[in-house]
Amino acid sequence: MRNTVLLWLALGLVSFCVLPWHMTDRGITDLAWATDDIASTGLFATVAGQWWLAPTGLALVLAFVLQFAVKAPVRRAKLTLATALAGLFWMALQGLIIVRAGPRLFETVLTGEVISAGQAGMGAGAGLCALALLFVATVSLSQSGKGQGDAFVVSTIGLIVALVGIFVFFPVMHILVRAFQVDGGYSLTEFFPRFFSSDIWGLACLFGDRSCGVAINSLFLAVMTGAGTTILGLAFALIFTRTNFRAKRLLRVLTVLPIITPPFVIGLALILLFGRAGTVTEFVADLFGLEQTRWVYGFWGVYFAQLLSFTPIAFLVLIGVVQGVSPSMEEASQTLDADRWQTFRYVSLPLMRPGLANAFLLGFIESLADFGNPLVLGSGYSVLSTEIFFAIVGAVADPAKAAILAIALLTLTLSAFLLQRMWLGKKSYATITGKADSGQNASLNPALKTLCYAIALPWAALTLIVYSMIIFGSFVKLWGYDHSFTFTHYIRAFGIDLSSGRLTGVAWDSYFTTLTISSIAAPLTALVGLSTAYLLVRQKFFGKDAFEFSTMLSFAIPGTVIGVSYIMAFNFPPIELTGTSIILIIVFVFRNMPVGVRGGIAAMSQLDKSLDEASITLGANSFQTVRKVILPLMGPAILAALTYSFVRAITSVSAVIFLVSAKHNMATSFIVGRVENGEFGLAIAYSAVLIITMLAAILLLQLLVGNRRLRRADRVQQSV
Amino acid sequence: MTQTQPGSVQFTGVVKKYGDVTALKKLDLMIEPGKLVTLLGPSGCGKTTTLRLIAGLEMATDGTIHIGGQDVTHLTATYRKVSMVFQSYALFPHMTVRENVAYGLTVKAVPKAEAAQRAEAGLELVGLAGYGERLPSELSGGQQQRVAVARAIVLEPEVLLLDEPLSNLDAKLRRHVREEIRQIQQRLGLTAVYVTHDQEEAMAVSDDIIVMNNAEIAQIGTPAALYETPSSSFIADFIGDANLADCDVLEVEDGMAKVVLNGNTYSVPSHRPLSGAARIVLRPHALKLMSPQSAGVQGEVTYAAYLGKEMQYTVETNIGSLFVISPVSGQPFAQGDAVSVAIDQDQARLVSQ
Repeated sequence: MRNTVLLWLALGLVSFCVLPWHMTDRGITDLAWATDDIASTGLFATVAGQWWLAPTGLALVLAFVLQFAVKAPVRRAKLTLATALAGLFWMALQGLIIVRAGPRLFETVLTGEVISAGQAGMGAGAGLCALALLFVATVSLSQSGKGQGDAFVVSTIGLIVALVGIFVFFPVMHILVRAFQVDGGYSLTEFFPRFFSSDIWGLACLFGDRSCGVAINSLFLAVMTGAGTTILGLAFALIFTRTNFRAKRLLRVLTVLPIITPPFVIGLALILLFGRAGTVTEFVADLFGLEQTRWVYGFWGVYFAQLLSFTPIAFLVLIGVVQGVSPSMEEASQTLDADRWQTFRYVSLPLMRPGLANAFLLGFIESLADFGNPLVLGSGYSVLSTEIFFAIVGAVADPAKAAILAIALLTLTLSAFLLQRMWLGKKSYATITGKADSGQNASLNPALKTLCYAIALPWAALTLIVYSMIIFGSFVKLWGYDHSFTFTHYIRAFGIDLSSGRLTGVAWDSYFTTLTISSIAAPLTALVGLSTAYLLVRQKFFGKDAFEFSTMLSFAIPGTVIGVSYIMAFNFPPIELTGTSIILIIVFVFRNMPVGVRGGIAAMSQLDKSLDEASITLGANSFQTVRKVILPLMGPAILAALTYSFVRAITSVSAVIFLVSAKHNMATSFIVGRVENGEFGLAIAYSAVLIITMLAAILLLQLLVGNRRLRRADRVQQSV
Repeated sequence: MTQTQPGSVQFTGVVKKYGDVTALKKLDLMIEPGKLVTLLGPSGCGKTTTLRLIAGLEMATDGTIHIGGQDVTHLTATYRKVSMVFQSYALFPHMTVRENVAYGLTVKAVPKAEAAQRAEAGLELVGLAGYGERLPSELSGGQQQRVAVARAIVLEPEVLLLDEPLSNLDAKLRRHVREEIRQIQQRLGLTAVYVTHDQEEAMAVSDDIIVMNNAEIAQIGTPAALYETPSSSFIADFIGDANLADCDVLEVEDGMAKVVLNGNTYSVPSHRPLSGAARIVLRPHALKLMSPQSAGVQGEVTYAAYLGKEMQYTVETNIGSLFVISPVSGQPFAQGDAVSVAIDQDQARLVSQ
């Protein structure tokens, strides 16, 4: 173990002496940093007067000396741990105090010329030093107790805790701080009136014509969407499992499609159908002589779009729940002379109750967090997620207002999340026993069956129409006015000048950026997610509950809030990432991590724990066990995590839209830009290409990683 | 295969708690090198916890554990020279039989050639030479079981642990495999700790049996000692079937106790000083059904079952319901018959109440 510590210390010392401590303007690969004065190595900067970097270097040196000076292993580990922690603490502190721009700690206490001059954000040297110190600390921690701890496990925990701390909690803290900020200081008394203002929580719409507050709007929409998607999802699930409906496969496809559809595309298709110049609108107007209205740009439009987008999620949750009702329960009920309606009413439905609640809460959270549909359709109905966006990018940028709205949104989603965990966490009526359950699920009674068909089939038809619109719309000149067939949109977006081989299409840049960033983010997400799942399922450690809670927390933080918090936290030193592609990768990793965790937990729970134990009793350590036993058996889960995080990275828009820059533009924000300019044809053509790209990528991944079917990805969805 | 150095296992005041639940109350035990010792008891008695504490898969809340004289209390499983055969076998499904058996050697970076040779020797020992290239899924249950044993013993552990190794086999195979396990253990002179809830299996393989109940040791002894001189009614009932009835001990003299049961006086062997209220242990084989009015306890047959080699009766008497096994001879009694139950007093035992 001493060798491991020495290795990390050596790495830390080398990066302190050789790599640029601060962020460089042109990136680390451009060696200009070595000669300019701005970014020099930790050692040179210290000598040049940035004395506050010295303690980190000294901590590394001291830890190095300790390895040889102290003989007793436990004492050595304890001293090393203390030294490394002190080094880390100082690094964080100096980073927060001495900054070139932006908010800093102890502004009024610590002043002085060098401190006021400040420093740039941390760079490669600082990053590696921090990493080295972290691992030195965790390895030492594992050695400092009684007996021999597991350095691999402790280090993994340490790394994940540090990452979640920096990239989830630190940004959210920034929002909280920002919400209390007023001109020239912080004020508690200012916060409450602003937070509880009628703009946010007003109930005026109940009593008159005026509109309610944004939070109330969001809440109302979320409740409606949660209820709607649950009912639709249940109808679909019942048709799928309890009837011999012929086109089940088609239903299955309809439920997967929305997952690989960028979120605003459905909104877009609704505009094409029901907008003022929409096909249906014109048809109905011609038929009945009604006036063409803009009803779709408001509550109903957003509501419809959300129902279309989120019903598949409810379906995927509920199909598991409906299948989970053991046939023998229903058979028992029938042998006790209950008819099919009574069996459904008194046995099946009560058994599904927790599942229904779960589906409702998921729809509720998704609706609150939804950004794409309200952005495209919600001009007449403001909700929190879009209001936050406009507070940042609108004509009057008001970060404090954005922060307050973000807190309101966070309050709603977190309450739902906590409610779900408290109420449903312990309760489960799942009747799957692992024993092969023979027997048949009771089929639905005729009235109920008719009802299910009546609810679900028109809906399926509408989904089909929406998707045909997306294909059709991309091939017509100008939707609603000129329906002649054309490739113009595709050529404009993805044109290639064949003579010179140059990519002339306007979309290529963002397309390649999106693919690159998603391909980098996906394996990282899978890695972080599955490591976390491994720790949660297979290891026992102090504070595990809190650990699990904090890793799942980012699921409850809406993308807009993440986006806002990232630009607030990472626009200034010590961690200055805005405008880089790194921030996009990071935001994807931590946004999608909970899905990887859930999927990993589901897969790992199916691996018999005695396999790990067999490996360990045969003398393998945890790292060898993970590498030789667990990883090879986790193929499908890895595939699911990879696929899902890749797809989510491509389709996500809410967080991304705050973080893209001219240099690193993403497909979704590019499309949103086209929509705002009214270039619907181009937007839709681009979306169609994205959907096909994702399908191709999913197939490719399956060929590479294993031959399991897409069904695996569904299972991850179910377990969200 | 080189001779292993069997190690002893010693628990001193070991306590294991899961939160508020006590899985083991202050356990002291000593397992001699080279012995096969069984941990026997009903489910939830702490026997598996004890095994996992030896393996290092669980850490003791209090107390110390020594294996082969070395204090291993705080060592995790990776660093203990102990191997385990799991109830589910836990063969790695993605590795061949040989890779499974060689796994422990591979992770310890034993040279490849040596590992392969030792794995082959291990497979030969369990009679599976030539099966090395197969996957575990291509073997029968009994063969998988033997691979699991081979995988555990190629490491030459100080202690071999077996967690209900036979529970996934059918009844006939079970007897065969347990004999094999016992033979391998004796041939290699291994220290082995064996967990089971099946008392017949325990009696068939063990040098010593540790009977556990309610998170503590109820009695330790050879199979014969446990059957012949049970220390409590729990042991009497758990090791072999037993009818238990309340009785009064008048006096104990020269290893014989005068006992009053249902108004009659019996002379029963007893090595423990007892007096007053006690319980008498009556094995089903040591009871004989006679025609009514013979000397004995009067009763009525409430259930009679014909099992070929023997008859099983339940007889309702005024000392309680008695379970009687008797050889089939002549005309068996039928349900509803009045009978007299004769007690073979030499085979009866006494336990405290």
